[in-house]
Formats: sequence, C-alpha cells, structure tokens
Amino acid sequence: MAAAQAPPAPAARFVVVLDAAHGGDDPGGRLSGSQTEKAFTLALSVRLRSLLAARGISVVTTRESDATIDSNRRAEIANHAKAQACLSLHATESGSGIHLFASSLAPAQAVRISTWKTAQAGWVTRSLSLAGVLNSALLHAGMTVTLGRTDLPGIDSMTCPALAVEVAPESAPGRPVKSALDDPAYQARVATALAAALLEWRTEARQP
Amino acid sequence: MIPRYQTILFIVLLAASAVMGTVLWQLRERAHQRLLAGEDFAPTSAPQVAPTEQATLLVANDADNSLLEETQSLPLPQDPGTRARVVLGKLLDLYASPDAAHPVAGGASSILQVFLLPLPASDRAAAAPAPAKAAAPGTPSAGGQPTGPELAVVNLAGKFAASHPSGLETETLTVESICATLHANLPRVTQVRFLVDGAQRTSLAGHADLTRTYLAVEAAPHP
Repeated sequence: MAAAQAPPAPAARFVVVLDAAHGGDDPGGRLSGSQTEKAFTLALSVRLRSLLAARGISVVTTRESDATIDSNRRAEIANHAKAQACLSLHATESGSGIHLFASSLAPAQAVRISTWKTAQAGWVTRSLSLAGVLNSALLHAGMTVTLGRTDLPGIDSMTCPALAVEVAPESAPGRPVKSALDDPAYQARVATALAAALLEWRTEARQP
Repeated sequence: MIPRYQTILFIVLLAASAVMGTVLWQLRERAHQRLLAGEDFAPTSAPQVAPTEQATLLVANDADNSLLEETQSLPLPQDPGTRARVVLGKLLDLYASPDAAHPVAGGASSILQVFLLPLPASDRAAAAPAPAKAAAPGTPSAGGQPTGPELAVVNLAGKFAASHPSGLETETLTVESICATLHANLPRVTQVRFLVDGAQRTSLAGHADLTRTYLAVEAAPHP
C-alpha cells in the first residue's frame, strides 16, 4: 500500500506594504506640470496595489487618500503587517530613473525588542538583499537604477525588508528628458516594473 | 479784504515750511557727516591675500548618485572655520554653475558660517577613529588649538534650503558632499550638524533629516 502523501504546507502569506510618502499638509516636492509629490506617490501606490493584488500578493497601504500621516504611524502600520517587503514611495525631478535607498543604519542582529528609531538595523541586511533583487529586475525591465543609503525616520523604524523608492524622470546624460513624471505611459511602466520586481522578490523569499 | 482765518492759515503754513526746511537741512548735514566718518574706515593698506592651496572637494553627481573627488586651487585662510567656509563655498559654487551634475542654486553665499567645536570626551569614543591621513596644509594642530575630533556646525542660508530641489537622492547628496568635503580638508572634523538661518530645521527640502548628527567618515566615498 502506498503511503499517503502529506498535503503540501500552505505557502506563507506574502505581504507588501506600500507607503505613499507625504500627504495632507505635507505636499512633498513640486513636480513638473504643477503636480505634487504627494499626489504622484498616492497614484503610484494605488496602481501598484492593483497590479500586486492581481498577482495574488496581499498589499497593505499606509494611506488611501490625501491624509497627513507622520513617519511613526507609517512604521507602525508596516510593522503590524509583518510584511516581506515595505516600500516607501517618493518622486523627484532630480536625477534619472529609479533611486533605491536602504537605511544607512549599520546592520545589527535582529532582536525581539529593539529601539524604535533604529529598529531597521536588524533588517538592513534583508533590505539590502531586497535592493539587489529590485535593482536586477528593474534593470531587466530597461529602467535606469541608482542605489544608495539614506537616513529616513519612517524606514529606520520598520521591522521588515524596507526600501525608499524614488521615481525620477528618465533621461540620459546630455539629452533631454525621455520620460517625464507626468507621462502616463512612464507611470505605468514604473508600476509594472516594480510589480515584476516584487514578484521576483517573492520567488527569492520562498526559496529555502 | 483777506479774511482773518486765511491770514492765520498762511502764517501757519509759512512757519511749517520754514521748520521743515530746517529739519531737511539738518538731516542732509548729518548724512554728509556720516559719509565723511565712513571714509575713516576705508582701507589704507592692501588686503592680505591668503596663499593658494589645494583643496579636495567631494562633488555630487545626480546621474549615478556618487561623490567624485575633485582638487581645486583656492586661497585658503589659516583660521579653520573660515577655511571650511571657503571650501564649502567653492563646492556650492560648482553646484550653482549652469552645467552642474548636481544643480542647486545659491552658491558660496549659502554658507553663512561654519563653527568648529571640540567634541566632548564622552562623544569621542562614539566618533569615528582619528584620521589616519595627515592634516591638510595650514591646518593648525597645536599651540593651544584643539587637536582632538571636532564637530562642525554648518549654518546654511534659508534661501538655499528654500530653493534646494526636493528629493531623497539630491538632498542626501548635498548633505553627504558637504560632510565628506569638510572631512577631506579638515580631517579632525568627524561629526557634522546643520542649521538653517541659525535655527534647527527638520529637513533640507522635505527629505534629508537635518536634526541628526552626521558622521563625516560615513559620508566619504569608500574605495
């Protein structure tokens, strides 16, 4: 008699937190075409949420409207979600393509109770891995990507692999802007590339 | 016949004109005296020009989010605080040029002051280790001058912060290039803090945190 096969263990729920930066009283930077950074990040968050949900990824957002939310509240939402990726979405008119920023905190051993302002230290190594995977996937999608480290209060308090993703117009040195931030086609391309990159991260995260 | 009230009014107006004329004359005399007094402060000897030295600038590049080392010959004063201000002024002049790889308006006048303060003993252990490389030429090292690690407080002009492009990358690059340039030219500077118009400000233009103390060594590009 053949031994009964054990049913496969259900895959752990894969959760992504999307944090549309700024909002409410804080408009963020002023972008081209009289657009504000807070409006751009909210639109990108909504579009990316739809793309991820369509691919079976659970999404938690820090804001769904033009509301003022401080960096501590954003980190609280992210930490309660116990997410596998937390992206803080930003936009700028400076530079080119996608800028990925991990926390500048020095990596530390993850501990059960950590200091609020440096909670990300235990996750920096995973955040840098996430940056590597997103970098590869975005380059594969034909985007220009720069990597960096920065000190950002919201990110520094998150206990998940966390990155700040800053979207800039796409341009080449010495050439005019190829894709402006107010170009709907460019916005769609960025969202699609980010969704594909997060799917890549899910695949990596599920590998033993 | 001229009415009485018109006569009185005429006399009053005449008197007022005479008083105003006198006051005007006195004000003119005072202004003239002030101008003459100002001449006393006019320089009577040629200003001393600081000797030209090599300064290392860590210049930001938005295209690849990097800091590139660039050497410039500048007349650098001996006083470390003034020296730091001159070097940072040159850095911001590069950013204000039309073909800058990291365009930021403002230029040298955006650096109002740079204060150098010796770090308290309790902070020295936390500060980065003492620099291995030699002090920049002209950097005072002894003779009553502090020789330990120092905190630089950079006071930026409000118009510089107000006109700085908003963005994580651009703001971080500005802050890091200032910190790295300070450390490259004044190796004793291990920590940097920022003020805007003499007061603390939460961020440069919405992103880079200006409330924290930056470690100058961390900002320098690593080989």
